Amino acid sequence: MTQNHTALYGEHEKAGASFTDFGGWQMPLKYSSELAEHHAVRNAAGLFDLSHMGEVWVNGPGAAAFLDYALAGKLSAVGLGRAKYSLICNADGGIIDDLISYRLGEEKFLVVPNAGNAATVAALLAERAAGFDVVVEDASSATSLIAVQGPNAETILLTLVPEDQHARVTELKYYAAVEVGITVNGAVQDLLLARTGYTGEDGFEIYLPNADAAALWQALLENGGAKGLIPAGLAARDSLRLEAGMPLYGNELSVSGHAYSAGLGPVVSLAKESDFIGKAALAAIKESGEGSTTGRKLVGLKGLGRRSARGHYPVLLAGAVIGEVTSGQPSPTLGYPVALAYVNVEHATPGTLLDVDLRGKAEPFEVVALPFYKRQK
Amino acid sequence: MSKVAAELKYSVEHEWIAADGAGPSTIGVSAVAADALGDIVYVDLPDVGSTVTAGETCGEIESTKSVSDLYSPVTGEVTEVNTAAVDDPALINSDPYGAGWLFKVAVESEGPLLTAAEYAAANGGEL
Repeated sequence: MTQNHTALYGEHEKAGASFTDFGGWQMPLKYSSELAEHHAVRNAAGLFDLSHMGEVWVNGPGAAAFLDYALAGKLSAVGLGRAKYSLICNADGGIIDDLISYRLGEEKFLVVPNAGNAATVAALLAERAAGFDVVVEDASSATSLIAVQGPNAETILLTLVPEDQHARVTELKYYAAVEVGITVNGAVQDLLLARTGYTGEDGFEIYLPNADAAALWQALLENGGAKGLIPAGLAARDSLRLEAGMPLYGNELSVSGHAYSAGLGPVVSLAKESDFIGKAALAAIKESGEGSTTGRKLVGLKGLGRRSARGHYPVLLAGAVIGEVTSGQPSPTLGYPVALAYVNVEHATPGTLLDVDLRGKAEPFEVVALPFYKRQK
Repeated sequence: MSKVAAELKYSVEHEWIAADGAGPSTIGVSAVAADALGDIVYVDLPDVGSTVTAGETCGEIESTKSVSDLYSPVTGEVTEVNTAAVDDPALINSDPYGAGWLFKVAVESEGPLLTAAEYAAANGGEL
């Protein structure tokens, strides 16, 4: 597979990053210590390069109706400037990707798929657009995405925003986006700013042209350093999202799984008037009770010992396999191991004691409610 | 680049061994291995009094991202384990050749070992 580099690759090299392949991209895994980066996001702020994510513009009079047909959620009900988490499914109800859509105008949406799925999703959206009055444009390769996450994120971001626009930032709600003037290369530019984090903390994502990415990255580090801002890699991003109980495509979500087992039933709008791809299959799955009364369900597991469960480890009850771990590691914030796992629904109630087969040795875990970590507001 | 301590010998499994005369030998993991693992959060060491065998697993090292088997570079009886490293595994990252040592063995025989120069050449460490 070819290794794509983001526009910030040089910045990561300068910062001493060690790299990992993620969805075909060479991305920073960590800069120094993934634990220090994790704690910085919880206690101060972390700077993430998310330019590997996709950006697909959907414009035109039929944009809302088209997304109602192409995605599982009711995008036509999204208010201007708001965002919605949704799924793109196949006809069997399998999850092709989970994604965030921003409604930036009556007829203007920005759809953000995951890195490894961006090309697939862009192609599928173009295909599904047939018959709708809409233009689908994949801007992924031209667009960078920088996130500032953590309790100090707002203060740090405001240092680059003209004072008369501060209210646009401070009043921006969670799961919303707005155009804001941000100083890059000495000039104020109108950039798309979103407040839709994946870390469990308050924070922002900034969408901007590749050519400006390095300058903004440097400016944020320079202005944020005194507020504890450090660059954070994918290792910290993964431990943060796991503590926040958020699913990761490829771990918890896949084309062979579906929304109801993954706990994403509310994301599927069976009630919307229009047909959508996967609707009939998802209605049948819901009717069958899979994920609620039969089959497996995604749960949180808290380790009662010190050793961590990892992806694909079997979950046991009295020695019999009743599930499988999808993600697991020590929680840096909580100080005990946490994991996400699919288990048979009859054993999915919080408080249930199970074991995980840790390389041949059964270790005790307890089913707990998600998320593992929730920030104090 | 990760440091390779010149005065030690190494196994291909990234353990180091300080074979100093007649007493028990001290064993740990190299800085190369500790850096590759990332932040180490848990270590499972052999019990004092148990026998370890050169080239066989005798414990586990767990980082935030992964878990690795710990191999013994020598055969013999374990005489001491570093409880400080068990209680604070971050010592293995911060001082792999010092405070982050793992266990001591009354050596009966050694497995195949590399000199520091051979280990550094094979693993990209810095002498």
